[in-house]
Parts: sequence; structure tokens; C-alpha cells
Amino acid sequence: MNWEVIIKWLPRLSEGAVLTLELVAFAVIAGLILAIPMGIARSSRHWYIRSLPYGYIFFFRGTPLLVQLFLVYYGLAQFESVRQGPLWPYLRDPYWCAVLTMTLHTAAYIAEILRGAIQSVPPGEVEAARALGMSRFQTMVHILLPRAARIGLPAYSNEVILMLKASALASTITLLELTGMARTIIARTYLPVEIFFAAGMFYLVIAFVLVRGFKLLERWLRVDACQGR
Amino acid sequence: MNFDLYGFGPALAAGTLMTIKLALSALCLGLVLGLLGALAKTSPYKPLQWLGGTYSTIVRGIPELLWVLLIYFGTVNLMRTLADFLHMESLELSPFAAGTIALGICFGAYATEVFRGAILAIPKGHREAGQALGMSKPRIFWRLILPQMWRIALPGLGNLFMILMKDTALVSVIGLEEIMRRSQIAVTSSKQAFTFYMVAALIYLSLTVIAMTGMYLLEKRASRGFVRSSQ
Repeated sequence: MNWEVIIKWLPRLSEGAVLTLELVAFAVIAGLILAIPMGIARSSRHWYIRSLPYGYIFFFRGTPLLVQLFLVYYGLAQFESVRQGPLWPYLRDPYWCAVLTMTLHTAAYIAEILRGAIQSVPPGEVEAARALGMSRFQTMVHILLPRAARIGLPAYSNEVILMLKASALASTITLLELTGMARTIIARTYLPVEIFFAAGMFYLVIAFVLVRGFKLLERWLRVDACQGR
Repeated sequence: MNFDLYGFGPALAAGTLMTIKLALSALCLGLVLGLLGALAKTSPYKPLQWLGGTYSTIVRGIPELLWVLLIYFGTVNLMRTLADFLHMESLELSPFAAGTIALGICFGAYATEVFRGAILAIPKGHREAGQALGMSKPRIFWRLILPQMWRIALPGLGNLFMILMKDTALVSVIGLEEIMRRSQIAVTSSKQAFTFYMVAALIYLSLTVIAMTGMYLLEKRASRGFVRSSQ
């Protein structure tokens, strides 16, 4: 193992790590915002409200992220209307393509997590809120969603870690995030084991910090105490 | 929309076959690694526990794509040394072998946790009953624990297999001619990127549906004779 090379290229690798973190942060936050209405619609009692998010989730969970990335980055350019459209400056940029695709991808998973969480809120609590004279909307905002957020949080933290690992795919559409940067450095140094090892360590450290952070968040939200067990 | 796919239909079909082959061989390797990992993690020996724990933690913390690249590009020197040692001309991992190993390692790390949960879910009395009958330890595992474990582990393994099938797309990065690679080739000559990647997406979707159906049937068979709990 050639440690000098690793130390020499650490600054470039940390540049890549910053881009990785940026992509993941964008995706999981925007994905969450997108997923909330979808998760609510997905747990609806009416089939016609349920079916649209179901189709979306089925597509995005059933196909690899790599295919989705290629569909957006290479595929959209096939259409003349997209190339002439106002969004083209963004859609030709690999950064925004990666952000868009990762957001859409993770939104499907988060929506499914939210559906599970909403459906596992004890019905008695919703009935109690309704009996106290809360409207459907008030019940949703004050009872159902805060409860569901706590139930779904552990699964959400898993999803964030999965997105961290999925962000490595952004290197296939020319982005220089952690994996892309590692591949670029290897093209210069011909030392795949050392550089991939260093990149792997970066991922492990980021994952470790994220897991710790979510543990703290769970404690702060008192997830355990709120489960009513 | 051109329905004969500009003559790339047969190539995509061959790619699909390759994807299935890769997924199944990675599954075999991953199941073995997962079982070994779970056995190590549940064994009474500290070093083995540590080994199993480190394996599953480290592998699960690093992206699958990085594993694929590391196994393919990182083993060149290793294979060269091995070739020298065996007095062979040259030795290198094919993309298929590298993909199988990388995806198998990743599958194994997750399967370790699934199998460990399944082993722990089997009542202690069964093991004790085996001991009382004078069965040896490997025999207890083979005849008592393993057959019961499958039923508990099956739903978890099914999910992992779904993930594995989608991860096979990553092996296109090192040039294995599976669905994604074949579509990329088709795109370079036809310039119809959206059409071909959409076809690739639909192939993956149908593979997922087939795998889901297979899983459902397997689970139904594995849980015959058991009352389904209502929760």
C-alpha cells in the first residue's frame, strides 16, 4: 500500500466528497418534499388516488438508477421540444440531471416508507383526534404526520445511506464526485487499489457520521418514547 | 417509434440473458458468503464474530459501483502475481467474473444480516432437542436449523435479490455485455437514446415482476403448513 500517494491526493478526493454530499443532500431533502404528498396519496382509501403514485413508485423502484440517469441525461436530448425548451440549460448539465434523477428515484422509496408509516399509526389515535372535533386536515397535520414521521425516521435514515451509495453512479454521467474523482486520479496514477481504498474510507466515514447524526435526531425527537410500547 | 428496434432486438435479448446469468451466479456466491457470514456472526468465538461483523459493516458502507471497479481494476496486480506463481502466461478476471464476485460480496453482506436474524429466530429448544438426540453440531445445523431458516429468511432474501438484479446494471461500467451495455451500443449507432434506455427500463421492470412472482410462489411453498399470522 502506497500511503504517500493517498495523502497526496486526499485534497482532490475531499473535493469529490463535497460534491457527493451536495448531491445526496439535495436528493434526500427534495425527495422528501416530493414524497410527502405522494405518500399521503398512496395511503388513500380511494383506488383512483392510490393508483397514480403506485405507478410512479413501481417504475422508479423496478428499474436501476443507472437506467434512469441515462434516460434523463442522454435520453431527453432525443426530443426536439426538450432541446428547444426553457429547461434545456439545466437538462444538459450533468449536475442537474443527477440531482433531478436522484430526487425522483429516492422520492419513490421515501413515499413507500411514508405510506408504511402512515398506515401503521394506530387507528385509535386518529379516531380520538376526530372525536375531539379536529377536522380531517387538522388530524393529518397535528396527529398523523408527526406520528408517521417518527415511525418512518429509521427507514428514512437507511434510505439516506442508500442514496449516499447510489450517488457513486453520478460518476457515469461525467460528474467528478467521490467515485468519479477516484477514477480520474487512477487514470493519472495507475494505482487503483490505493485510490479506491481511500475513496471507500471516505464513504465509510460519511456513512458513519450520518448514522450517528440520525441516532441523535431520533433521540431529539424521542422516537422510542413516542412509540407507545 | 420503431418496433424492430433498428435491428437491435436480438442483441438486447442476448443482453437480458447475460443479466439473468450474472444475477443468478452472484446470487449463488452471495448466498454462500451470507451463510458463512451469519455462522461467523452467531458463533461463540470472538474472532469469528469480529470477522463476520467487519465484513458486513465494511461492505455495506461502500457503494456497489466502487466494489465492481475495485474488483475489476484492483485485482490486476494480484492476478499477475498469481499467474507468475502458477507459471502461467497471463491471468485476468473477465468482466463477468469480476461482476459476479463484486455483486456476490455485496449480496453476501446484506444476506449475512438476514440469515443471522433467521438463525436467531429459531427456538433454542430445537437445537437442544438435536443435542439430546446425540446429533453432532454440523448435523444439527444441516438437518434442523437450515431447513427452518429458509422460511424465515426468504422474504428478506427476495428483497435483496430484487436489489441485486438492478445492481447488475453497474457491471456495464466494466464492459460486460448485459442489457445496459447492449443498449449503449445500440444508442451510439441509432442516436435514439430515450427509446433504447426506455426499452432497457421495461426489460428490468419485467424481470422484477417475474422475480416478484417467483418469490411469491417460493414463499407460499416455504410456508405451507404454517398458519399465517394476521398482522
